[in-house]
Amino acid sequence: MNRLRMIWEKIVTNRKLLPVLLVVGLLLSFAIPKFGLLNQYVVLIIIYVGINIILSTSLNLINGYMGEFSVGHAGFMAVGAYISAILTTKIIPESLAPWLFPLVVIAGGIGAALIGLLVAVPSFKTRGDYLAIVTLAFLMIVKSVIENIEAIGGPRGIPGITRLTTLPWTFIWVVIAVWVIRNFVYSNYGRGVLSIREDEIASDLMSVNSRQVKMLAFVISSFFAGVAGVLFAHVLQFISPRVFDIIKSTDILIMVYLGGIGSIAGSILGAVIFTVLLEVLRPLGMWRMVLMPLVLVLLMIYRPRGIMGLREFRWFIPGYDLFASKIWRKKKEVKDAAAS
Amino acid sequence: MTYLLQQVLNALQLGSIYALIALGYTMVYGILTMINFAHGDLFMVGAFFCFLAATFLHLPFVPTLLIAMIGVALLGVLIERFAYKPLRQAPRVSAIITALGVGIFLENFTLVFAPYPQHVPTLIKNTTWVVGGVSISSLQLIIIALSLVLMAFLDFIVRKTMVGMAMRAISWDKAIVPLMGIPLNLVISATFALGTSLGGAAGVMYALAFPVIDPYMGILIGWKAFIAAVVGGIGNIRGAMIGGFILGGVEILVAAFLPSTYRDFVAFTLLLVLLIFRPYGILGKPRPQKV
Repeated sequence: MNRLRMIWEKIVTNRKLLPVLLVVGLLLSFAIPKFGLLNQYVVLIIIYVGINIILSTSLNLINGYMGEFSVGHAGFMAVGAYISAILTTKIIPESLAPWLFPLVVIAGGIGAALIGLLVAVPSFKTRGDYLAIVTLAFLMIVKSVIENIEAIGGPRGIPGITRLTTLPWTFIWVVIAVWVIRNFVYSNYGRGVLSIREDEIASDLMSVNSRQVKMLAFVISSFFAGVAGVLFAHVLQFISPRVFDIIKSTDILIMVYLGGIGSIAGSILGAVIFTVLLEVLRPLGMWRMVLMPLVLVLLMIYRPRGIMGLREFRWFIPGYDLFASKIWRKKKEVKDAAAS
Repeated sequence: MTYLLQQVLNALQLGSIYALIALGYTMVYGILTMINFAHGDLFMVGAFFCFLAATFLHLPFVPTLLIAMIGVALLGVLIERFAYKPLRQAPRVSAIITALGVGIFLENFTLVFAPYPQHVPTLIKNTTWVVGGVSISSLQLIIIALSLVLMAFLDFIVRKTMVGMAMRAISWDKAIVPLMGIPLNLVISATFALGTSLGGAAGVMYALAFPVIDPYMGILIGWKAFIAAVVGGIGNIRGAMIGGFILGGVEILVAAFLPSTYRDFVAFTLLLVLLIFRPYGILGKPRPQKV
């Protein structure tokens, strides 16, 4: 047991393993569909896990790191999904679609990011429950606008989208999302985001440009929500306004809080556990949807900060942070020894 | 003109249902500063209690209403005891997520037993009078009158009785007030019982006015009632009543003069505009921020 622990410690602390793992993961993501290593159903679940990871990490940026309560994430998803679905079904010819798919994903993300900019504006003044209402209203407005435009199918949605989301693309976008959000969180702006969560007025006084920081956080978060929406639309192959309702937003919220706010590893873990658990419990039929919220409630009662709490997986913490905490711990040991 | 009057009557009906649900949100928020997102689903459970009592026990209107109100109140108190009470010291957000979880649990638990939309039998013989071209149904009048009575009753409890005084005191300061000998848990339970029983009553009225009910009906109506509570200024009881009637009025009037699919769009855009000018709701007061 102790030896296993030591090996685990070695793996976790060895940062050089990360690129190796990424390359292996990328190769696997190409190999699995190519040689049929896993059956179609499992591949589909893995793709959904990937999409949910993108969604939960991007929502974590606003709800976890910035400490707001946004319930409009499904709205950004809907914007990305609709932009991309219009592009691939109506504008881009079918033969070109697989080659242009990365551009389509980026286009969907940018569309969602522009809308995210709009939502960021009310967040300058309102906070807490009132911002929750603004995002909720935003979600309803997006849904309602889509329902009222006949050209994009109105309430019937867009059927017959080509299945362009493949395992490699999902893997690549998950890595990009996690990488960008992790770097953002540990950048100067990310510290600003954290300081806004702790105390906005104090951080303003410490010359954090809170408007700029909030705008950036919203834009990045909604960009990746849009990306997830594009991937989602091209694996589901059918989208309608009903797909992106408040229940979808609640699912993402549950993933974030299940894993633990303010922790990227927590978001990833939350997304994986939520998606896989729902599939594993499928034999229970209707009762699984009864069991799932019960598990959530029990988890919240016994671990109110989620599975990871505010802790972070070693690999996501930058080297100088680890170094600083090491020094701090050493100093504390010396101090404690002196005190006793 | 008669058309407008007719729509005003409809707006009052819908608004009173929204207002009753919004009261539950606002009372719980006032005392625990926690948004009870399961409240919309408790409203749904109220409608299902009404369905059960009317279909299987063949009870008339008043016992049905009482059963639904008491049943939902008990359920609300139980939920508070087992799900929210352990989380009073936890971060606010975990309580909100727990509430969402409880809501989903209620939805799906009901769904297991009622997978298809259910039809609620008519409990009140509906007679329609035509006054000056406006048709008034007895059901509408009963709904409006009953909800006004319930709201007046609640206002009376909160403002004039000892329990109400204790509630207001606890919403003022949760740390000091229990030291004065006020039983904190009992008062919180009473708040939940009152707030959720109003939600149950709203469920019964909704089931009578729109007799097809399904387990997911509480989601959208619950969120809309929450919006009504925020528009009125969350934590403020009279604000919730006003907010409910405003939201009902806007929804019905938009549906009356524009294509009905624009209803949500216009209603929520108006909400956003209102929040820009009154960021703390109509009757809410901005809390001073301390550094």
